[in-house]
Amino acid sequence: MSDLITDKLNMVFELPDGSSVHALKDVTFTLKKGELLSVLGPSGCGKTTLLNIVAGFLHPTGGSIKLGGSIIEKPGVDRGMVFQQGALFEWLTVADNVNFGLRMKNADKEETKQKVEEWLDIVGLQGFGDTPTYQLSGGMQQRVALARCLINNPDLILMDEPLGALDALTREKMQSLVLKIWKETGKTIMIITHSVEEALLLGERLFVMAPRPGRLHKQYRLPFAEMGLDGDPREIKNEEKFVQTREEILTMIWNMEEEIMGKVEAA
Amino acid sequence: MIVAVLYIALLIVFFWSILHGRKVVRTERTDAVFGNPIRTQGGYHWVACGVSSLMLVWFTFSWDAGRAFFPNSANELCQVAKLNRALNPIRSAFPLDNRHLLGTRILSRDLYQIELLTEELNELDLTDTDRGNLLLLIDEVREALVLQASSEFIAPDIPERFQDIATRIEQLALDLQNHEFPGPVDEAKMAEALAQPGWGESSTEIPVLPKTQRGRIFDVAAEIMEGITEDFSEIRNDGPELTKRIENIRERIQELEGIADQEAYKEVLKDIEKISKRVDDFRVFPTQVTQGIEASLILLEQAMQDRQGSLRFIDTLVLPGGDILAGNNACSEQGSGRWLPKPSDTLATFIWMADPAQGYKGFPLFWYKMKPVSEMIDFLVPDSVADLIPGEYGHHDEEGNIHSSFKDRIYNFASGDFDSFSVPVPTGHIWDSILRVLAGLILGILLGVPLGLFMGLSRFAKGYFDPLVELYRPVPPLAWAPLILTIFGIQDDGKIFLLFMVAFAIMVISARTGATGTQLSKIHAAHSLGASNRQIIQQVILPNSLPEILTGIRISIGVCWGTLVAAEMLAGTTGIGFVENVARKQSDYEIIWMTIIVMGVLGLLFDLIMRIVIDKTIPWRGKG
Ligand SMILES: Nc1ncnc2c1ncn2[C@@H]1O[C@H](COP(=O)(O)OP(=O)(O)OP(=O)(O)O)[C@@H](O)[C@H]1O
Ligand SMILES: [Mg+2]
Repeated sequence: MSDLITDKLNMVFELPDGSSVHALKDVTFTLKKGELLSVLGPSGCGKTTLLNIVAGFLHPTGGSIKLGGSIIEKPGVDRGMVFQQGALFEWLTVADNVNFGLRMKNADKEETKQKVEEWLDIVGLQGFGDTPTYQLSGGMQQRVALARCLINNPDLILMDEPLGALDALTREKMQSLVLKIWKETGKTIMIITHSVEEALLLGERLFVMAPRPGRLHKQYRLPFAEMGLDGDPREIKNEEKFVQTREEILTMIWNMEEEIMGKVEAA
Repeated sequence: MIVAVLYIALLIVFFWSILHGRKVVRTERTDAVFGNPIRTQGGYHWVACGVSSLMLVWFTFSWDAGRAFFPNSANELCQVAKLNRALNPIRSAFPLDNRHLLGTRILSRDLYQIELLTEELNELDLTDTDRGNLLLLIDEVREALVLQASSEFIAPDIPERFQDIATRIEQLALDLQNHEFPGPVDEAKMAEALAQPGWGESSTEIPVLPKTQRGRIFDVAAEIMEGITEDFSEIRNDGPELTKRIENIRERIQELEGIADQEAYKEVLKDIEKISKRVDDFRVFPTQVTQGIEASLILLEQAMQDRQGSLRFIDTLVLPGGDILAGNNACSEQGSGRWLPKPSDTLATFIWMADPAQGYKGFPLFWYKMKPVSEMIDFLVPDSVADLIPGEYGHHDEEGNIHSSFKDRIYNFASGDFDSFSVPVPTGHIWDSILRVLAGLILGILLGVPLGLFMGLSRFAKGYFDPLVELYRPVPPLAWAPLILTIFGIQDDGKIFLLFMVAFAIMVISARTGATGTQLSKIHAAHSLGASNRQIIQQVILPNSLPEILTGIRISIGVCWGTLVAAEMLAGTTGIGFVENVARKQSDYEIIWMTIIVMGVLGLLFDLIMRIVIDKTIPWRGKG
C-alpha cells in the first residue's frame, strides 16, 4: 500500500525578525494510490509548502506524513517533482536531462538510452535528444521536465504549477498529456495550479486551501478527469456541472481574497 | 620599403573599414533595438579599423612612415637645421622670434635695475655724503647706458660694418635663389656622405653630411653663415667716448671702495659694479644702424623657405610633432620619436633578441632546452617514497663490497640518479613569465574552486575561511611581494606563490558566488532524481557555477599577468618584466616598447583563448 497519509501537518516559519508565519495548520488528508489530486488556493496559502513537505525538502514543524507506511524524511526517487519553471539543467542536452536520474544510479547505458527514446516519444520530443535545453520553447522544456521525472518511475508525482507559464493551446495539450500518463501508468499525482478550470479538469480529487493560516478549506471528488480521458476537454468545460462547480470555487476564492484585503486594510 | 607598403596597406584597410562600417550601419538599422546585446556581435571591420588606426598613429608619430617614404628628408632637414643654428645668434638680436630688439631688451632691463637700485639706496641708512656719491655714480652709469643708443657717440666704423654684414646676408639670400649655387659637386665629399650609415642605422641618429643636392645648398650656406655670425658677434659699440666713460666709472668705483666702511654701502657699490659691467658689453646700438641687417634677414628667411620647397611640407606633415636639431657633429630627432621608437626598429630589436644565441642578458627570449627526464622525476617523486618500500637499504660487507638492494634502486629512481633520455623543455624570458602565470593560475584554480564551492555550501566553511581570504585579498599583491619573495626566494617559487595567492582569492570568490547562485529548484530536482550530495556538487553545482568560475579565471589571468610583471621588476633574473626593468635603467625605449607589446599581445591571446573557452563551454549562459 503506497498511500500518502498526513496527520495534522503544521508548518511554522520563523522569520529573521522574530515573527513567524503559520504556513500550514492541521492539514490532514489521505491520498490513495492512483489518485489524481489538484490543489487550488489563493496566493500564499501554503500550496508550495505542502508540496515541499511531501517531497521531503522541508520538515513539518508538527504532525506526521507517511508514504507507503514510512515517514517521509528526505527527498527520494519515489517522489518525482515537476517545477513551475522546468528547473532543467541547461548545461545538458535534452537526453542527458531526461536520463539524469538513471545516470545517478549508474544504470546500464544501453537500457538508459532505450528508455530515454521511449519517454521522448511519449512526451512528443522524438529526435530532440541532442538539442541543448536552452534552445527549447517553454512548452518543450516542461515536457522534458515531465519525462525526466517519469523515467525514474516514481510512486508519486508532484507538480507545482507545471503549466503556469504556457500559452492556452500548449497548456491544453499538456493537460491531455498528464491525463494520458495518469491513465496509462496509474500513478498517484498531486498537482498545484492557479487555474480553476485546470484544477477541475485534472482533479479526480480537488482541495481548495485557505490562507492565514494555510489549511484545507474544502474537498471535492470530481468526475471530469475520468471524462477527459476520452472526451473532448472543451465539451467537458461546457457541461453544466463543470460550470457550476467552477463558479462555486471562484466565488470561494474571491471571498478569501476579499477577506485578506479587508484584513490588510483594517490593519 | 616594407614599411611603406605596410603603411599604404594600413591606410587602405583604415578607409575601407570605415566605408564598409558605414554601409553595414545602414543595413543594421532593422536588425536590433538599442541595448540588445546581439548588436555587439560581429563587426570585425571595426576591429580592423581600430588596429589600423592605432598602427597608423604609431607609424606616423614615430616617423617610421616618414623615414620609409622620404629616407633623405631627415638628412636634408639636418642641413637646414645647421643653417638655422648658424643663423640663430643674429636672429635672436632682432625682433623676428622675439618681440623686441636685443638692444631694447638690454636697455629696458638695465634701466629697470638702476631704478630699483636708486629706490633701495634712498631707504638705506647712510650719511648724506655717501648717498650723494652713490647717486652720482648711478647717474653716470645710466648716462653711459643711454649713450649707447645715440648715434652721436658710436664708433665711426660701426655703420659700415653692419652694412657689410647686411650685404653678405643679402648675398647669401641671393645665392640661395641662384640655381648654380653652391657650385660643382665635390665627388670625394659626396662619396663620403653617401658612405655614412643611413637614418637610424647607427648610433648617430641622422647622418650629418649632406647626401643630396638640396642638402648641399644648406650645408654650404650654413658654413658661410657661420662666418657672418662670427663677424657680427665681434661688433661692439665701444666708441672712444663710451670707453672713456666706462673707464671713469670703474675708477670711481675703486675710489669709493677704498673709503667704504659700511656693509650696506659696499653692497650697493657691488650692485652698481655689476650693472656697469653689463654696460661694457656694448651690445646696445642705435636702432637705425641695425635696420639693414633686419631687412636682409627677412630676405634670407624667405629665400630659405623657397629653397626648402616640399621639404617644409614633409617636415610638418610626414615628420609631425617634433624637429630635427643640429648639434656640434650630429643631428638628432627631437620629438615623439625620442620615446616612441619606430615599429620597424622595435620589430628588428625583437627579431634580433629572439635569436636564441642572442637573447637578453645571456638568456633567450623563448626557446627550449633539453632536460633529462630523471631531473623531472627527481622533482616530482619525493625521495621518501623509497623509505616506504619494505626491506633495508644496502650496506657493505667485510670485503668492502657494497650490496645494493631494491630499496636502493627505488631511491636512485626517486632522486633522479639514473640515465635517461632528454625531452625539450621551454625556456627563455617569455616562456618563464608564461609558465609562472600558468603555474600560479592552475594552483589557484585547483585549490580555490573546491574551497569556494565548499564555502558556498557550508556555513562552517563560509564562516571559518571568510576572514582568512577576505583579509589577505584586499592587500595589493605587490604589497605582499617583499614578504613572499623573502620567504620563498626571488626565483620561480616566490613568484608562483604570489600569483597563486592572487588567483586563489579570485577563484574562491567566483566559485563561491557561483555555488550560492544555484537555483534552489535545480537542487531540489536533483535531490528527487536521486542524486547523492557528491553527485549534486559534481553534476549540478559545479556546472552551474561554471560561468562565474570561467569569468574568475579570465580575471585571474589578467591580474596575475600584471602582478607577475611587477614582481619580476622587483626581483629576479629572468622574465619579461625583468627585461623591461633592465631596459628601463638603460633608457632603451625600443626594448621597453617591445616588452610592453609582448605583454599586451600575450594578455590579449590569453583573453581570446578564454573567450573561446567560455563560448564553447557555457553557451547556455544568460539563457537558463
Ligand atoms: N522559506 C520560507 N521562510 C519564511 N516564510 C516562508 C517560506 N516559504 C514560504 N513562506 C511563507 O509561507 C506562506 C506560504 O507560502 P507558499 O510558497 O507555500 O505559498 P503558495 O500557496 O505556494 O503561494 P503561490 O500560489 O503564490 O505560489 C507564505 O506566507 C510565505 O510567505
Ligand atoms: Mg507556490
